[in-house]
Amino acid sequence: MSVFIIRRLLQSVLVLVVMSMLVFAGVYAVGNPIDILISPDATQADRDATIRAMGLDRPMWLQYAYFVKNALAADLGKSFAFNVPAIELILERMPATLELASCAMLMAVVIGLPLGLYAGLKPKSFAGKTIMTLSIFGFSLPTFWIGLMLIMIFAVFLGVLPSNGRGATALLLGIPVSFLTWDGLRHLALPAFTLALLNIALIIRLVRSGTQEALLMDYVKFARAKGLSDARIIGVHVLKNIMIPIVTVIALQFGSVIAFAVVTETIFAWPGMGKLLIDSINVLDRPVIVAYLLIIVTLFIFINLLVDIAYSLLDPRVRLGESDS
Amino acid sequence: MSQQPALSTATPVLQVSGLETHFAARNGIVKPVNGVSFSVSRGKIMGLVGESGSGKSMTGYSIMGLIDAPGKVVGGSILLDGREVRGLDAESLRALRGNRIAMIFQDPMMTLNPVLRIDTQMVEAIQAHEDVGRHAALDRCRAALAQVGIASPDQRLKSYPHQFSGGMRQRVAIAIAILLKPDVIIADEPTTALDVTIQGQILAEMQKLCRESGTALIWITHDLSVIAGLADQVCVMYAGRIVERGSVDDVLDSTAHPYTLGLLNSVPSRNPRGQRLRQIPGMTPSLLNLAPGCPFRERCAHATRECLEDPLLEPVLGHPTDAASAAHQVSCHHPLQTGIST
Ligand SMILES: Nc1ncnc2c1ncn2[C@@H]1O[C@H](COP(=O)(O)OP(=O)(O)OP(=O)(O)O)[C@@H](O)[C@H]1O
Ligand SMILES: [Mg+2]
Repeated sequence: MSVFIIRRLLQSVLVLVVMSMLVFAGVYAVGNPIDILISPDATQADRDATIRAMGLDRPMWLQYAYFVKNALAADLGKSFAFNVPAIELILERMPATLELASCAMLMAVVIGLPLGLYAGLKPKSFAGKTIMTLSIFGFSLPTFWIGLMLIMIFAVFLGVLPSNGRGATALLLGIPVSFLTWDGLRHLALPAFTLALLNIALIIRLVRSGTQEALLMDYVKFARAKGLSDARIIGVHVLKNIMIPIVTVIALQFGSVIAFAVVTETIFAWPGMGKLLIDSINVLDRPVIVAYLLIIVTLFIFINLLVDIAYSLLDPRVRLGESDS
Repeated sequence: MSQQPALSTATPVLQVSGLETHFAARNGIVKPVNGVSFSVSRGKIMGLVGESGSGKSMTGYSIMGLIDAPGKVVGGSILLDGREVRGLDAESLRALRGNRIAMIFQDPMMTLNPVLRIDTQMVEAIQAHEDVGRHAALDRCRAALAQVGIASPDQRLKSYPHQFSGGMRQRVAIAIAILLKPDVIIADEPTTALDVTIQGQILAEMQKLCRESGTALIWITHDLSVIAGLADQVCVMYAGRIVERGSVDDVLDSTAHPYTLGLLNSVPSRNPRGQRLRQIPGMTPSLLNLAPGCPFRERCAHATRECLEDPLLEPVLGHPTDAASAAHQVSCHHPLQTGIST
């Protein structure tokens, strides 16, 4: 297990290095921030001074070398726009995004799992068929449209839920969170549900097909032959077998919900990392973009590691040392 | 039809009569169990023999109440210790399953849940029926594992199924079946997937276990040679019906049904060396919308017009051992004359 984790960490470092090069080159290619950052009526001397201060006069490879040198000291550079460390800027926004993503995934599991189980256990029933039909909407409707519709219905027509910002926050271990206050929860509801919808549909489909498959297996019949209750057969024998693919999807979706919360955060003016990224791209704030992408990559690597560990806990046939190639 | 074999002195612990299980298919009805009757007594072993697809497993599942939709047990009665089991509500049936009547399945690689430890799968079987603590339950699991010949049960209990060989897994399944000392065990070809040595060991162990504990055992197989050394009674099944039944000696030595004879002749060890095995010509008929009449007539050398009518399961006439003749029954219009067997 520890050998496995060490090997995975080394691989992760390699991935990070490659990613940082790609990101750096990519951002470099997008455009020159100077035109945006420096006002057109600045003197040439001012211009040169700023460029030198930002290190933009150096060739790309040297800029990258400096970036790596600083990165090793946990310094990903200062934001051009705000003149504060990029990392700080991102970490400041991260809790809001993590909270939104966690709520969305929690919602997806709490709603998707029971509905999927029901549809799998009673595929011919009216309710089972209705669930499957509704899940198609979850797949096919675009996120931004769902967000706008929810705002229209709940915020504009009914006026029962707010559609803007985080609302009141409370401190949890020094970090502001919305879910601890009633007002915050109300603010969370719409954006979290918007992000959850696709995942609800995904989990329903996965759980349903997994359940139907598991019910045909001999071990379920044998469990019934032992005289176990339906609750135990479904809750333990079936669920534990279908959890393996579901955990993978939940974890990977969690990553992409964080990475692609951009649209939802923009629609609901949620002050998270996604909104910061959009703002930074608008002003070509290179350090922030690079730092954001690297943090997202790190997050994905970390989630994948957790998935592999979860695998080995759920499925005794998976041995960690052998599972990676 | 539901007449008991006169041979068994004890009252049968399981008495099945006229059992019928139907599957509603898109283009008709499949009847894998079509009026099956038999009974088993405590400590006795009954062999249920037949070709693949003759409805042996379905008979077992029907008795256990494990038929899945679109299948349904539509007729007959199942008396367990004199009590009607058919038509019991789901909870009463659950309380019987695994407790009073247990089943072991055909494929040991598939019966145990791959993601649960052996101890979990054994303890839950006890706790489903009795209010015992995990500790006491584990003691009984250890004892059961030792009984089926598994060494170092303590360590084995903490293992997962994939760490076991097929033979070991089947032993675990057997251990689970005997955990609660049921009245009846239905063993559905539990040794078919295993090699001959293991098969012999398990057969001997099961025989011993049943004789000692007084459990009635229904041993399902397609192999008559297994039955010869193991069972007391035999039921030969064909196309969802019992076509011949009686004591092992009666059925194997004074075979009355042409189908039984066909089965016997296709057992290698009973044939003279170098001679080709005599196979039963033709194939098992489709059970979908099976026409009335003897289902075997198309493959039978003795078939006549008479065979277009359903034969009844009747005592074999002109039997040499008269006392046993009532117990030896055959469902055939032209039963074989005694003495021409093999
Ligand atoms: N879901 C189903 N729908 C329709 N017919 C079915 C279904 N399941 C089983 N059957 C029928 O039941 C018949 C008997 O099956 P069963 O499994 O009892 O045979 P078996 O005697 O145990 O054979 P084997 O030795 O191969 O295990 C089969 O021929 C099949 O046609
Ligand atoms: Mg079978």
